[in-house]
Amino acid sequence: MPVAHLRIWRGDDEDGDYREYDVEYGEGMVVLDVVHILQATQAPDLAVRWNCKAGKCGSCSAEVNGKPRLMCMTRMQTFTPGETISIAPLKTFPLIRDLVTDVGHNFNVARDIMPELKPRQPEADGTHRMHQIDIDRIQEFHKCIECFLCQDVCHVFREHPENLDNFVGPRFSIQLAQVAMHPLDTNPKRDMAKAEFGLDYCNITKCCTEVCPEGIHITDNGIIPMKERAVDVYFDPLRFIGRKLFGGKEKNQA
Amino acid sequence: MARQRRYGVTQRKDRWWVEPALIGGGFFLFVIYTTVSALLGDNWKFEIGPYLSPFFEPLIHPGWLPDWLSPAILILWAPLSFRTTCYYYRRAYYRSYFLSPPACAVAEPAKRYSGESKFPLVLQNAHRFALYVALIFVVFLWYGALRSYRFEGEWGIGVGSVILTANAFALMMYTVGCHSFRHLVGGSLDCYSCTSFTKLRHRTWSLVTVANEHHRLWAWVSLIGVGVTDLYIHLAANGVITDLHTWSSF
Amino acid sequence: MADYETHEYDVLVIGAGGAGLRAAIESSALGARTGLVCKSLLGKAHTVMAEGGLAAALGNVYPQDNWRVHFRDTMRGGKMLNNWRMAQIHAQEAPDRVRELEEWGALFDRTPDGRILQRDFGGHRYARLAHVGDRTGLEMIRTLQQHAVHRGIDVYMECTITQLLKDGDRISGAFGYWRENGRFVVFRAKAVVLATGGLCKVFAINSNSWEGTGDGHALATWAGADMIDMECVQFHPTGMVWPLSVRGILVTEGVRGDGGTLRNINGERFMFNYIPPMFAAETADNEEEADRWYNDKVNARRTPDLLPRDEVARAINAEVKAGRGSPHGGVFLDIASRRDASYIQRRLPSMYHQFIQLADVDITRDAMEVGPTAHYVMGGVRVDAESTASTVPGLFAAGEVAGGMHGSNRLGGNSLSDLIVFGRRAGMGAAEYASSLSSLPALNSSEVDAAAAEALAPFDGNGKENPYTIHRELQDTMQSLVGIIRNEGELQQARARLEEFRERAKNVTVEGNRQYNPGWHLALDLRSMLTVADLITRGAIERKESRGGHTREDYPNPDAHFGTVNIVQSLKDGELTWRQEPLPEMPADLKELFEEDH
Repeated sequence: MPVAHLRIWRGDDEDGDYREYDVEYGEGMVVLDVVHILQATQAPDLAVRWNCKAGKCGSCSAEVNGKPRLMCMTRMQTFTPGETISIAPLKTFPLIRDLVTDVGHNFNVARDIMPELKPRQPEADGTHRMHQIDIDRIQEFHKCIECFLCQDVCHVFREHPENLDNFVGPRFSIQLAQVAMHPLDTNPKRDMAKAEFGLDYCNITKCCTEVCPEGIHITDNGIIPMKERAVDVYFDPLRFIGRKLFGGKEKNQA
Repeated sequence: MARQRRYGVTQRKDRWWVEPALIGGGFFLFVIYTTVSALLGDNWKFEIGPYLSPFFEPLIHPGWLPDWLSPAILILWAPLSFRTTCYYYRRAYYRSYFLSPPACAVAEPAKRYSGESKFPLVLQNAHRFALYVALIFVVFLWYGALRSYRFEGEWGIGVGSVILTANAFALMMYTVGCHSFRHLVGGSLDCYSCTSFTKLRHRTWSLVTVANEHHRLWAWVSLIGVGVTDLYIHLAANGVITDLHTWSSF
Repeated sequence: MADYETHEYDVLVIGAGGAGLRAAIESSALGARTGLVCKSLLGKAHTVMAEGGLAAALGNVYPQDNWRVHFRDTMRGGKMLNNWRMAQIHAQEAPDRVRELEEWGALFDRTPDGRILQRDFGGHRYARLAHVGDRTGLEMIRTLQQHAVHRGIDVYMECTITQLLKDGDRISGAFGYWRENGRFVVFRAKAVVLATGGLCKVFAINSNSWEGTGDGHALATWAGADMIDMECVQFHPTGMVWPLSVRGILVTEGVRGDGGTLRNINGERFMFNYIPPMFAAETADNEEEADRWYNDKVNARRTPDLLPRDEVARAINAEVKAGRGSPHGGVFLDIASRRDASYIQRRLPSMYHQFIQLADVDITRDAMEVGPTAHYVMGGVRVDAESTASTVPGLFAAGEVAGGMHGSNRLGGNSLSDLIVFGRRAGMGAAEYASSLSSLPALNSSEVDAAAAEALAPFDGNGKENPYTIHRELQDTMQSLVGIIRNEGELQQARARLEEFRERAKNVTVEGNRQYNPGWHLALDLRSMLTVADLITRGAIERKESRGGHTREDYPNPDAHFGTVNIVQSLKDGELTWRQEPLPEMPADLKELFEEDH
C-alpha cells in the first residue's frame, strides 16, 4: 500500500504547529479518507469537520498544499508519489482546533443581513408560474453547498479581517443575486443594491470562482451583474436624469 | 506559524507567481509598444494605400493639433478607458500590479483595502460609458476594415485587408462580450418570459453570454491583434516589408 | 446539580434536516418559543444528500394523478405494512407543502407552461417527483434553513444531545454537549421533537453521512418510547461500488427515472427476470414496451428498472451471487448508451460530477458500477399520525426517526415529502402540547448529573478499547449478519456479538481533551449505534417472513399474519421487550383502492 506523508496543523488558536504523519492508504482514496485512517490509527483526537464525504454538504473545507479545497473531493492520485501534503485549517476564520474553524460569521451574515424573497401574489389557482428560462440563471446560485471556500479565499477578508463587517463576501453575493434576479421577487431594486452588502469591496480578482467546488461562476454571473445593477441605481447619469424628469419608476419593469 | 501575515506567505507549492508575472509582463510590453508607435505620429508613417493603422481610426487631424502631437491621442483614450475599466483587465492588473492579491491564497502587501468603494477606484463604475464609446469605435473599425478592400476606385484584397478585418472582428467580439453590455442587453431583467420583447432580449443575452464566457480570450486576442495590425501597417508603410495584394501598386 | 449552561424553550427540536427545520418553523409560527439543536453546522444534515426529488401528486405532468393514486402507490410500495392514516395524510398534504417551499424561494425545474416539473421514480404510477436536477435535497434544506433563520429561531449548531430528560413519565428537556469545547448544556423544554434522521452508519456499506448513528431512535428508546418495525431497513439498489473509498455513496434513482437501465456482465437487462407477481400487471415484460413507456405512460407499462427499491436491490444481489456481476461486485447502470450526453449532463449534473471526480468514470460515455447500500430505516418511533406524538408525553418524532409512514419499504421521493408533511405536523403537535402546560416540567438534577457522568466515562476508561475499532467491527457484523438477506442462525450470532460489543464498549477509552475531540464524539455515538443495532436485530428475528426491506432466507415469502402486525419494542425496567401489535384498521373506502390487487 502506498504511504502518504502528511503535514497537518495541530493545535488551537493560541498554540500549535505542523506535525508530520506517515499514513498507508488504498487505491482511489481521497485526502479525507487518509485523514480518517490517521484518526483511527494514530491521532484519535484529530479534529476535522465532515459529513457526507461526497462533495454535497461542504463541511470538510481545508487548505491542501495551500489551496482551499474540499478534502473529500481531493484525490490522492493528484499528488506526486512521495510528496509531502500539507493540510491546514481555513485561514480566514478563527481556529477552534486542528482543522476545524469557527465559520459562525457566515451564519450571522445569513441571519442578520441577507434579504428574504418577497414573492408576488400567486395566480388565481394558488400556484406560481415561472419559466425555465427565468430561473436557469438563479438555479446556478442555488447549487451552493456553503463550504465557505470562497469566503476563505476572498482576499477582502483573508488579508483584511476588518472588512468582514464591510462586505458580505462571495457566498452571500450570489445569495443576494438569487433574490434580486428571482422572477417573483418584489423587493425594491434599490434595496438590493444597498451599500450594506459591500459589493464594491470586491475587486473581481475571481479567486472565489477558482475555488468553488460546484463550479459556480460566482464573479461573472453573480457579483458583476449585481455591480452592474448598482451602477443602474447609483452611477448612471442617464437614468438619474430620467428619474428626475419622469418620476421614480424603479422596480419590476419586467 | 500558519497564521502570520506577510507578503508572499502561502502554503502553495505550485508556481503561483508565473501567471501574474506573465500577464504583467505582457501588458508592459504592449503599453511600451503602443506609446512609442502612437506618439511617433507622422514621424513613422501609419497609413499606406487603403490601410490605416487601427490606432488612428478614424483619422482626425484638426488644425489646432500641434505637429509634434500624434493624432492617435485623439483616438486611443477611448479603447484605453474601455480596457482599463474592463472587468477582465481589472482582475488581471489588480493581481499583477496591485498585488491585491498576487494569486489566490497568497498574502498581499497592502495594509488597508477598500476595494472599489472609494475614489479613485470607484471610477471603475464608469465602465458602461466607456462601453458606449467602444461600441461606436467597433463601427469605425469595421468601416476601416471594409475600406481596406478598395483602393483608388478599384476593389481588391491584400494581406493588410485580411489583417484589418480580423482585427475588427476580434475587437467586436471583445466589445460585445463585455459584462456591461451583457447587463444592458438582458442581464438587468428579472423576467425573460414575460413579453416577446423580453424573450428577444433573452436570446440576445444568451448569445452575449457565450462571448462573455471567453472574454479573457478575446481581450488578449484583440489586444495582441491590434498591436500586430498596427505593426504590420507601419512596417508596410515605411517600406520594411511589402504587402501582398491584388492592386497594381499603392 | 452542577452548574450547567441552561436554556428554556416551549419546544425543543433535535435535528435540523428537513423535518427538524420544518417543525421548528411551524412551532415558532404558532408562537411557541422554539430552539433547534443540530449535531453539525446548519444546512449540512443528511437531507442535503437527497437527490432525486420529492413526491407530491401535483398532477402537473399527468393530470390523472391525485392523492389516492399516491396513497395507493405508497401502501403497495410499503407492502401494506404502513400506518394507513400517515400514508393518507402524506399523500393529501404533500402538494401544499411543495407549493409552500416554492413560496419560500425553492426553484424547482419547470414544465413548458411554467409549472413545477415532475419526474419518474420507482414505484410511482405517474411522474410525480418535484425536483431540481439531481440536488433536490440541497434545494429543500437551503430553502427551509433560510426561512427558519429569518423567523428568529434560536439555532444551536454542533451541539449533540446525549439524553432526553424526564419529569416522571413526561419529557422535561434534553442534555447534551457542545462539540466545539465539550461543555455540557441543558435544555429545559415542555415538548421535544425528534428529527434526528437515520441510523445506517451501523452498516459497513451505507449511503449516510457520519451523523446517521441513530441518535434519535436510541434517545426515544432510552426515554421509554415504543419503537416499531426496526427490522425494516432499506438497502438502496444503486450505491457506488468502486473505488472502495466511495463504496456506498448514493447513485440517484433518477438515473433510471431518466432512462438508465441495469445490466449484468453479459449486457443483459436482467430486471425482466425479477418481476414479482404483485407488480406483474403494470410492469413491461419486454424491452420494447419498457423503452416506449418513458414517453407513453398510457399505452405502455413501466420498465422493471423502476420496480420498488427492495425488489431491485434483491435482484442485484441475486445477479452478483450468480456470478453475473460487474468486475467490482456490482452490476452495470447504463445511461450512456441510451441518452445523449447533453441530456445526461442537464438532468444529472451532480451524478456526472460525482463519477468523474471520484471514480474517473464519464457517465455520458461509460456505464456506472452499482450495488446495494444501506440507505434508510423505515422503522422508528411509534407516533400518532395526526400529531406525531410518541408514546411518551411531550415527545414527538418526524422524518426518518419516526416509524409507520413507509411500512416495510419506502418509495423514492416519499422521504423528502414525509419530512415537510410530518415536520410541520410535529411542530403543530408539539406547540399545541406545550401550550397545554402552564409551566416547564421539573428538572431532575440527579438525572442530569448522571448523564454528565456517563458522557465523561470514556475519558476514564481502562485503555483497552478504541471507539474506531469497535465501530468498524460493529459495521462489519451488521453488514454480514443483518444485511440484505437474513436468516435465524446469523441473526442469533449477531445478537451474541452485539452483547460482546456492549461489554467491550464499557472499556472504550478516548485520548485528548473535551475540545472538538472526534474520538470522544464517536464513543458517545457508539452508545446509540449499539442500541439501534440491537433493535434492528431483535426485530429481524421476530419478523419471521420476508417483506419489503426485510428479507429472510428461511422465510422467503410474505406471511399473512405478519402482514397485519407491527413488531413493537420498548424498554421495560432497563430491558428491551418486544411484542406484536395489530396495525390500525384501514377504513372501507380506502380499502377499495386495493381491491383490484386480489
